[in-house]
Amino acid sequence: MGETPHRSAHAGTGGHPVTLGHERSAGASARVAEAPVSPRTPDDDRGLGGGGGLPRARAFGAERAFRGVTLAAGVAVLVIIAAIAVFLIAKAVPALRANSANFWTFEGWFPNDDPPTFGIGALAFGTVLTALLALLVAVPVALGIALYLSHYAPRRLGTALGFVIDLLAAVPSVVFGLWGRDYLVGPVADLSAWLNRYFGWIPIFGDGPYGNSILLGSLVLAIMVLPIITSLSREVFLQTPTANEEAALALGATRWEMLRTAVLPYGRPGIIAAVMLGLGRALGETIALALTLGSTYAISFNILANGGNSIAANIANRFAEANETGRGALIASGLVLFAITLVVNITARAIIYRRREFTESAA
Amino acid sequence: MTTTLTPRRSRPPAQPASLRARRLPGYAAPALAALALLVAAGIVYGVDLGGPVLVVVLGAVLYLAGLFVAANAVEGRRSARNRFWSALIHSALVLAVLPLASVVWTLVSKGTARLDGDFFGSSMNNIGARDANGGAYHAIVGTLEQVGIATAITVPLGVLCAIYIVEYGRGRFAFTIRFFVDVMTGIPSIVTGLFVLAFWVLIVSPWFNDGQPGFSGFAAALALSVLMLPTVVRSTEEMLRLVPAPLREGAYALGVPKWKTILRVVLPTALPGIVTGIMLSIARAAGETAPVLLVAGGGAAINFNPFENNQSSLALFVYQQAGEASKYSPARAWTAALTLVVLVLVLTVAAKLLARRNRLGR
Repeated sequence: MGETPHRSAHAGTGGHPVTLGHERSAGASARVAEAPVSPRTPDDDRGLGGGGGLPRARAFGAERAFRGVTLAAGVAVLVIIAAIAVFLIAKAVPALRANSANFWTFEGWFPNDDPPTFGIGALAFGTVLTALLALLVAVPVALGIALYLSHYAPRRLGTALGFVIDLLAAVPSVVFGLWGRDYLVGPVADLSAWLNRYFGWIPIFGDGPYGNSILLGSLVLAIMVLPIITSLSREVFLQTPTANEEAALALGATRWEMLRTAVLPYGRPGIIAAVMLGLGRALGETIALALTLGSTYAISFNILANGGNSIAANIANRFAEANETGRGALIASGLVLFAITLVVNITARAIIYRRREFTESAA
Repeated sequence: MTTTLTPRRSRPPAQPASLRARRLPGYAAPALAALALLVAAGIVYGVDLGGPVLVVVLGAVLYLAGLFVAANAVEGRRSARNRFWSALIHSALVLAVLPLASVVWTLVSKGTARLDGDFFGSSMNNIGARDANGGAYHAIVGTLEQVGIATAITVPLGVLCAIYIVEYGRGRFAFTIRFFVDVMTGIPSIVTGLFVLAFWVLIVSPWFNDGQPGFSGFAAALALSVLMLPTVVRSTEEMLRLVPAPLREGAYALGVPKWKTILRVVLPTALPGIVTGIMLSIARAAGETAPVLLVAGGGAAINFNPFENNQSSLALFVYQQAGEASKYSPARAWTAALTLVVLVLVLTVAAKLLARRNRLGR
């Protein structure tokens, strides 16, 4: 429905005109009748159908105006995304030019020095590593809880617990960060010492000092994204058509077989969407990581030792002391984060859109 | 189809007893769990591997393995798998509930320490490291003003954008807008903060601030509105799509123009759902720290004017207090965190209750 529902002057003459001559002879009276409402010339009557005495879309009417306003709002979204990229680049380029080290490989962050040196390598590495570790922990657990809430728990309990999980998904990240820094540090340090003692031969479980490590940051992140992934995938699982589940059960499937053959395949696009959303959250998480990571600038696979950093946490930690170049450097790192999340998001959306065509599932 | 269905294994002739599959007795699972814990305790303390936590973890693993083996022997492989996965799913619940419960418990027990009138009635102005008092009044004012302005900017923009996508948009262009709204959902909050820093604080605001970058509550509101926009658009869009087509067609049949149909028929019908989405996005924006940290400046004094000078917010207050060395600051941080969570949860619960009353259910 593009415009005002379309009418023209041919209703009285029996619908669409067959010939021009016929239209002129029969429609003359109708045209006279509607003349005061919207005057127009005969060759304006190209429309379909009929209906005399009704106004057509005006060039400057409320309809056009409203449509224009909504169009402007739609365009505003595109403008904002473009503006984010443009302004970040505009502020990042001077700092990148002043940088006397290699931006991609240098491990360190001294943009306030003269000459300024800073590099994104360790930060990007830490961002991706913490996010992936967090997802590795959170996704199986979250899917387990989602399945429990949707298919194992008694209905009342499932609804109530689902509500609680939804509420936990809304808890601000700074609260999780504070909790991780004040309370999870102890248990994680113990766990680190234990892992190092018995599994120290695996390179990622290296020697400590234990404390604000990548492991701590990843676990806090995992606990944070857990409710988000759970509540999204629970909704997806609940949408599985009952007929599919009952068909599986009627064929003699056990409950797990029913989940595996009916529920999980149906919910796959939704699960991918939930995981990707969780990944986006984990990649961009700032405060929880700023409070729990050790803020070092080295690429190290040792997830137990003090250290680790992420782009977002680095921005939060170093912003207060940054000068002109320092801000530019932080904005440049933010640009890299923007690019990473943009790629992740676009990939995820492309997967979902393509899958949706096949499965017609809500994602 | 029924004629072709033959059993895989030939069963013995029908007898009531053998028709039923053999099942593990009801006491088997608890007995196995106790046995697994005992064995785990024996191993852990016998070889001196670790403490009670390890006993539970190892016990859980042994229980899963034992359950699978026992069920496999008695009930067959399919049933064993079923039991194994069921146990695994239940243990996932326990595994996740523990830390989340710990977060909630810490929040409540620590947060109530400073829950007094002083906390809600005073700011952090002139509060030194040795002062036990000081409060979050300035931060609460900041949060309310910033979120209020952000809502005032986002709601019209977001709702209009959703109307365009659902009602007017056609073809590739509308799809592009929809796609980028989706993409915008994933933009990290710190990036929106940096965007407003680069755009508003460093480039635009110096024009009317004597050439100095102007950190202000309004800048924070801008950043929050960029964050809220995709959420509002998406939820409004979904609600508009749920409005039944006959309502629109009825209006058209009465000769109502399209814009009036949207404003008078479609929007009121979808209103509860739209309000729910808006409240959820407000709740999310209220809890954001990173953008406020970058562009609001984070002052310690009460500042009612969001357009000039530094402002703080509750989330930023928590972060600042968490980073301070004073022995009194953790208590302030936790109380502020509790306040923030209560604020966010009240909004979320209200939104969910409103959603439940919504007549346009899925």
